[in-house]
Amino acid sequence: MGIDRRSFLKGLGAGIAGAAAGGALLPRRLEAGGAPENKEFLGVLVDTTRCVGCRSCEMACAEAHNLPVPDISDASAFDKIQQTSETQLSVVNRHKTDKGEVFAKKQCMHCNQPGCVSACPVKAMEKQKEGPVTWDTNCIGCRYCMVSCPFDIPKFEHYGATPRLQKCNLCWEKLKKGEKPVCVEACPAEALAFGTRRALIEEANTRIYKTPKEYLSHIYGEHEAGGTGYLYLTAVPFEQLGFRGDLGTTAYPEYTKGFLYSVPVVLFLWPAFLSGVSAITRRKENVRSREGGKI
Amino acid sequence: MNRTTAEVQISSVKDFLVFMRSELKPKGKSLTAFNLITGSIILLGGVLILYRFIMGMGAVVHNAAEYPWGIWIGFIVMVGVAFAGGAYVTAFVVYILGGEKYHSIVRMAVLNGFLAYVFYAGAILLDLSRWWNIANPLIGNRFGVNSVLFLVAWHFLLYMIAQAIEISPAFAEWLGLRKARKFLASLTLGAVIAGVTLSTLHQSGLGALFLMAKWKIHPLWYTEFIPLLFFVSSIFAGLSVVIFIGTVSFRVFDRGRISEEYRRHWDDIIIDLGNACAITMMVYFLLQLLILVHGKNWALLNTPMGYWYLTEMVGFLLIPAALFGWGVKSGSHAPIRIAAVLTMIGVIINRIDFSIIAYKWYLPLSERYIPSWMEVVITLAIVFTMVWVFRWIVNRVPILQKPPQWAIEQEQEEMEGKAVALAPQLGLTMADGGRPIEQLKR
Repeated sequence: MGIDRRSFLKGLGAGIAGAAAGGALLPRRLEAGGAPENKEFLGVLVDTTRCVGCRSCEMACAEAHNLPVPDISDASAFDKIQQTSETQLSVVNRHKTDKGEVFAKKQCMHCNQPGCVSACPVKAMEKQKEGPVTWDTNCIGCRYCMVSCPFDIPKFEHYGATPRLQKCNLCWEKLKKGEKPVCVEACPAEALAFGTRRALIEEANTRIYKTPKEYLSHIYGEHEAGGTGYLYLTAVPFEQLGFRGDLGTTAYPEYTKGFLYSVPVVLFLWPAFLSGVSAITRRKENVRSREGGKI
Repeated sequence: MNRTTAEVQISSVKDFLVFMRSELKPKGKSLTAFNLITGSIILLGGVLILYRFIMGMGAVVHNAAEYPWGIWIGFIVMVGVAFAGGAYVTAFVVYILGGEKYHSIVRMAVLNGFLAYVFYAGAILLDLSRWWNIANPLIGNRFGVNSVLFLVAWHFLLYMIAQAIEISPAFAEWLGLRKARKFLASLTLGAVIAGVTLSTLHQSGLGALFLMAKWKIHPLWYTEFIPLLFFVSSIFAGLSVVIFIGTVSFRVFDRGRISEEYRRHWDDIIIDLGNACAITMMVYFLLQLLILVHGKNWALLNTPMGYWYLTEMVGFLLIPAALFGWGVKSGSHAPIRIAAVLTMIGVIINRIDFSIIAYKWYLPLSERYIPSWMEVVITLAIVFTMVWVFRWIVNRVPILQKPPQWAIEQEQEEMEGKAVALAPQLGLTMADGGRPIEQLKR
């Protein structure tokens, strides 16, 4: 048996066609990891030394997003540390710390280069140029964003015929009109500040500089997981407020970059290599079968 | 006795319908214990699947908020794809390396791989919360080109097509479509090359899905080399499944369904497969060892999760690898069969670890994901349906049995034609001291 030039080229052609089809699917702008050009993102600075745990932000959030409104007079909500859920995009937790009880709000951090955005196979998750990370209805519901989120925020509705992914969207619809997110507007204690990320980092540094005894010299979110839109100030170590201290400063999309880079290499080199090996073995077989026949 | 597939002549739609009607009748006994049990599970599973689509996923699965993926992804998709690995490995050996000896198992391995992908793609549909959008990454309702899952979805689809092409000549033989068979068989090499390439990426891509779950997966499992580990383990996982199916098929199918060639070669093939498993498992073990040493995770071995890790590494990797080695050395089948089953269990454990057991291992049991009975029934129903379809096809289509005489002749013609016409281009005449080409014609 043998391989003729035609079938060799056919095999090679199929391989190249496959590679070309794959080529169209190669990752683009890997560096950006899905982040838009404009880096002047809007964000929120949470000063946990000012938060009084009134949960006004939770109530405003639920009202604005048509979710069940919590009874904020019920203090039993603080008995257990809560996670965000499909009905609670933002939750306030009470933490026992070295310096007594400290309240901290928890919601989507709106990463500069979000893991969820790079995970999404249909770009239903997007980093908007204003700063929010938003969800869209072309979502297929694979929940890979939930696996990939460093802060474990997105949650999926379980019931109903058309379940949605739920997470804080930084009130994107209001941001586009030049308004503030409802939680910031609702805060009576000025624990939440709204502005561009750059301005918020300046403000946070100013507070640390002016009253160094009141703060740890660390803005959580300035560098964590590549930087986030939500920034936190605190007097106690962040781990005591339920924040992970081991996220590192690498943006999450970077973790899959090595694999994504290897894809085009395999897609182009493998078919060529396999065609070559196949041609050689067929040729050897021809020689062998001939000589075998003679002996 | 050595039966070849019945010679069929189909020249009209009516012929086809008559033929299909006779083929649809069950072959062999239908009221067996296996059929009754699996049949009722399939029926119940079917009802539950309907229920899931009407009421939403939450009505059927265990809603553990901390676990995005349950057994439909963690077991059906992850394990199913690894178990389908036998298809690309055998196709590689037979069509690329020219391992003619293994020709008799290649169709069985590819059919298993193809069906696995079809059924597991179906399982993905079940697991997508918004399943009606499933075509979005393919039709471009936004291409998420930065996503590993986007690549996986495309490779999934393309590889399914490649496998369909690889297995299609068998179906053409079954239906007696001579011209179609000739054409489809000519596509095989191209499909295999594309298939091996796509499998490499697809197998490792499933592992790459976990790269961003950095702190969520126990450090003994999380490593930047997950894609490589998934790829290497798919080789011995797939081959173990081929050993398993090959062994079981002698018991399940009539003697007439299994060709003389397959019967004659199997004793030899199973040893070679065992050898390949032993080698790839040792490579995999060394990789794991390097990762463990490099990650300085020794101390974690002496924790409950560490014991679980050791169970996986020793009980379901080193021991079966040793059993494979022993079977190969002594030429006995029993250790190889046991090793294949142990390896399959090991791969199931390994894949489930990533999405369920080692995923958020630190949570208390009350917050952990434990599959609901309905999830389990649906999972079993999918697996058994695949087994039924596999059996149905093997009982009719020349998968294990000898192809019809005309197909064998067609293949020979093809090979001889090529050898004669193209020997000079391949440098045969030169390499053999300019012997006249005529000699090749024999």
